[in-house]
Amino acid sequence: MSPVSDAVPPLSAWRRFLEGDLWYSFRHSPVAQIAALLVFVCAFCALFAPWVAPHNPFDLSTIELADAQLPPAWLPEGRATFLLGTDDQGRDILSALMYGARISLLVGLAAVALSLLFGVALGLLSGYAGGHVDAFIMRVCDVMLSFPAILIALLIDGVGRALFPHAHDTLAFTVLILAIALTGWVKYARTVRGSTLVERHKDYVQAARVIGVAPLRIMWRHVLPNVTGPVLVLATIDIAAAVIIEATLSFLGVGVPPTSPSLGTLIRIGNDNLMSGMWWITVFPGAVLMILALSVNLLGDWLRDALNPRLQ
Amino acid sequence: MSQPPLLEVSHLRVEFPTRRGTLLALDDVSFSIAPGEILGVVGESGAGKSLTGSAIIGLLEPPGRIAAGEIRLDGRRIDNLSPAEMRRVRGRQIGAIFQDPLTSLNPLYTVGQQLVETIRTHLPLSGTQARERAIDLLRQTGIPAPEARIDQYPHQFSGGMRQRVVIALALAAEPRLIVADEPTTALDVSIQAQIIALLRRLAREHGAAVMLVTHDMGVIAETSDRVAVMYAGRVVEIGPVQQVIHHPAHPYTRGLMGSIPVMDEDRERLTQIDGAMPRLNAIPSGCAFNPRCGEVMPRCLRERPELMSAGATRAACWLHDAGAAA
Amino acid sequence: MLAFIIRRLVQAVIVMLAVALIAFMLFQYVGDPVTNLMGQEATAEQRAQLRADLGLDKPAAMQFARFVGNAIQGEFGLSLRQGRKVSTLVGERFPATLELALVAALIALMLGIPMGVLAALRRGSWTAQLLMGFSLLGVSLPTFLIGILLILLFAVVLNWLPSFGRGELVNLGGWATGLLTVDGWRHLLLPAITLSIFQLTLIMRLVRAEMLEVLRSDYIKFARARGLTDRTVYFGHALKNTLVPVMTITGLQLGGLIAFAIITETVFQWPGMGLLFIQAVQFADIPVMAAYLCLISLIFVTINLVVDLLYFVVDPRLRADRAVAAH
Repeated sequence: MSPVSDAVPPLSAWRRFLEGDLWYSFRHSPVAQIAALLVFVCAFCALFAPWVAPHNPFDLSTIELADAQLPPAWLPEGRATFLLGTDDQGRDILSALMYGARISLLVGLAAVALSLLFGVALGLLSGYAGGHVDAFIMRVCDVMLSFPAILIALLIDGVGRALFPHAHDTLAFTVLILAIALTGWVKYARTVRGSTLVERHKDYVQAARVIGVAPLRIMWRHVLPNVTGPVLVLATIDIAAAVIIEATLSFLGVGVPPTSPSLGTLIRIGNDNLMSGMWWITVFPGAVLMILALSVNLLGDWLRDALNPRLQ
Repeated sequence: MSQPPLLEVSHLRVEFPTRRGTLLALDDVSFSIAPGEILGVVGESGAGKSLTGSAIIGLLEPPGRIAAGEIRLDGRRIDNLSPAEMRRVRGRQIGAIFQDPLTSLNPLYTVGQQLVETIRTHLPLSGTQARERAIDLLRQTGIPAPEARIDQYPHQFSGGMRQRVVIALALAAEPRLIVADEPTTALDVSIQAQIIALLRRLAREHGAAVMLVTHDMGVIAETSDRVAVMYAGRVVEIGPVQQVIHHPAHPYTRGLMGSIPVMDEDRERLTQIDGAMPRLNAIPSGCAFNPRCGEVMPRCLRERPELMSAGATRAACWLHDAGAAA
Repeated sequence: MLAFIIRRLVQAVIVMLAVALIAFMLFQYVGDPVTNLMGQEATAEQRAQLRADLGLDKPAAMQFARFVGNAIQGEFGLSLRQGRKVSTLVGERFPATLELALVAALIALMLGIPMGVLAALRRGSWTAQLLMGFSLLGVSLPTFLIGILLILLFAVVLNWLPSFGRGELVNLGGWATGLLTVDGWRHLLLPAITLSIFQLTLIMRLVRAEMLEVLRSDYIKFARARGLTDRTVYFGHALKNTLVPVMTITGLQLGGLIAFAIITETVFQWPGMGLLFIQAVQFADIPVMAAYLCLISLIFVTINLVVDLLYFVVDPRLRADRAVAAH
């Protein structure tokens, strides 16, 4: 009895996704759905801040000192136009939140992207080259891992400041993004290196060398599917970490330039005014920061569990 | 057999609820073990032998659970005991030996510490007495210079020695039954024979029955009194070991026996059973073996056979249905 | 084992030299080394004199050697911002940071480990979910925000605890400690809690993950099969095996506390090394940055070494007496 060959048309990528484990897991996880929703809302407001925000807090012509220090709208002295109150300069908190979130997210995403590229490239190199190159890169990884991220970021930032004391904004941003990116590349490098090492010993690599084709290109096609999952999980959680580092640096006064305040800067302004009772300047940016980081972390956690073959 | 059985498993059913439906891992498994008897349980990987052992000692990995059936030890039900009560049964009434001696022992404690804690959990002995007993157990399992080696760590023993320690641990509280799950599979071939002989001898000396789970028919032939053959979560044949080996009644058992090279028999080639054991989510209706059976009948596809008398053994096969037409 | 120690020592020295190199390059090439050493108010003659003294015309390797020599003695010149000797500044601030870090480490360990064990043992229960939710918060809330919120609650709203400074200090032969006065402790409480939270969450997650892994192992299954009590299985076997790898990773994390203190000290205006460093970064005060870098590296490298040695002590497999051949 030989089975008749079944001619099943191959499913499109979209259909495969819908019937796959990932979507199944997402549909059955209310936590993941809420987290995704929150992230989406934050990202939307942040990205489209110039169009969504009620005011532009950085257009000096629209700010009046008379509006300063107003509490949120639901408190006695608040006003409806400034829903979450104003800061000591008269800037609308809600708008500042959106613009601030925008900066925080952009810096975070850029840093993670850079970190990812750098880490993956080094991991590939390390795994493929082997020998001394591999050993050296791994040593560097070890050393970098034993230093806390914030310290590395501060150091690079500090050096940047010393080297370019009167830098204009773009340069300052570049240094900041670079500083954050250099804190997180190690985990990507390690993951990709592991996978590369496994592939390198396989026969098709030898065969490629014999034919004269660059084995790196072929290897990459085999390494990529293996690392996509873990790297994605790492990157997601990394975004939350990057946003927090940026906020911390900005809070400490060594992050984004003062002309483009991020959430961290806002919190610092709030901190300076804490004693005078204007809690809203601190609490709202803090809440947004927390919600953003929390949602991204939740998504990352869910993603890791959903992609983990052992838990099936 | 006039003595009541020591262990009696009746219609045991073990399920694994998963995301995509419930998998039936053990389907209506029944057998018994008499006091002091060695029952071999043989079958391919995935047939359910280890699961049966785990179910008996109450250590089924969740989400696996016993869905139906009974397990009785000395007439008393043990499958529905509270965790605390079951814990007292384990070690004291039923001992267990697992496959890999390297990972069975905690690397951070000495062999002596692990022995003494087991002894003192079940027997009212003082520290000194427990240590004496531990040394004695090590001596019985053939470990040289036990007074010195009792204070060594597991990694300081070789594989065969470690399994002897594991056997000592299983016997520590004088259990009536030992469940041995592939005790020799992870060992060198040269050591296997020693360990299996040791197990057999010690079981006899201590009066313990053994449920010996393995995929190695040779081991069964050496040690067991009776053997149960498992396939796809069911017992397909059970009987005295010599009978099952030389006069197998079930087509699967016949295939198994035919696939073992034997020196004194003159055979052209080893038999091979086409196909593979079905996966848990694709077990055929009727007799689970019917897709691969050379003597399949239409009835086999519809009705599932129970264990029935087939000469000197009992087999779950319609070929031996005395009262039916072919 | 001796070979192992020597190898690790050599590695440590190499790392320290690498760090020193970075610090040296900061000193030499970022800003003016003479200014770095003399401050900004030296006259032109003094500068010229120092330049000759320093041998700034000598090859870089020699200058590096001199730098290392100075560094070992703790000599990093003058702070650009304050004009005082860096070594004095650091010496003044060090006790504050150390006390803060130690208390925070204690809190993180004494709470983190039990919470992690609980979350593993009661997996899936409400307790565990609550603990994991808390840990998620701990990772998602930046340290400075926690500090500010604590200040808001306990200092501004409730007015129970002070919000900045170290309070009353007792001087023990050059070491100004706040641990001997109630006032000192009142000032220490909020910053220490703030500093500990991130580490606490990490430790809790680590302990939980490791314990779950251990609970799945064969020897735990065998221990259960032998009828050992739950208490013995969990706390005698599982916990011990969990803590061995956890301990080493935790040791490394705790080193990070000293660095994390930067943030906490800023929020609470705690006069420690972290605050000093942040001010140095803001001001581009190179000597202080270099000194801080070297000191921190020394601390990390030392902790790394101690942790590695600890592994040896605790895991019998590494101590294997090679004279006893396995037979």
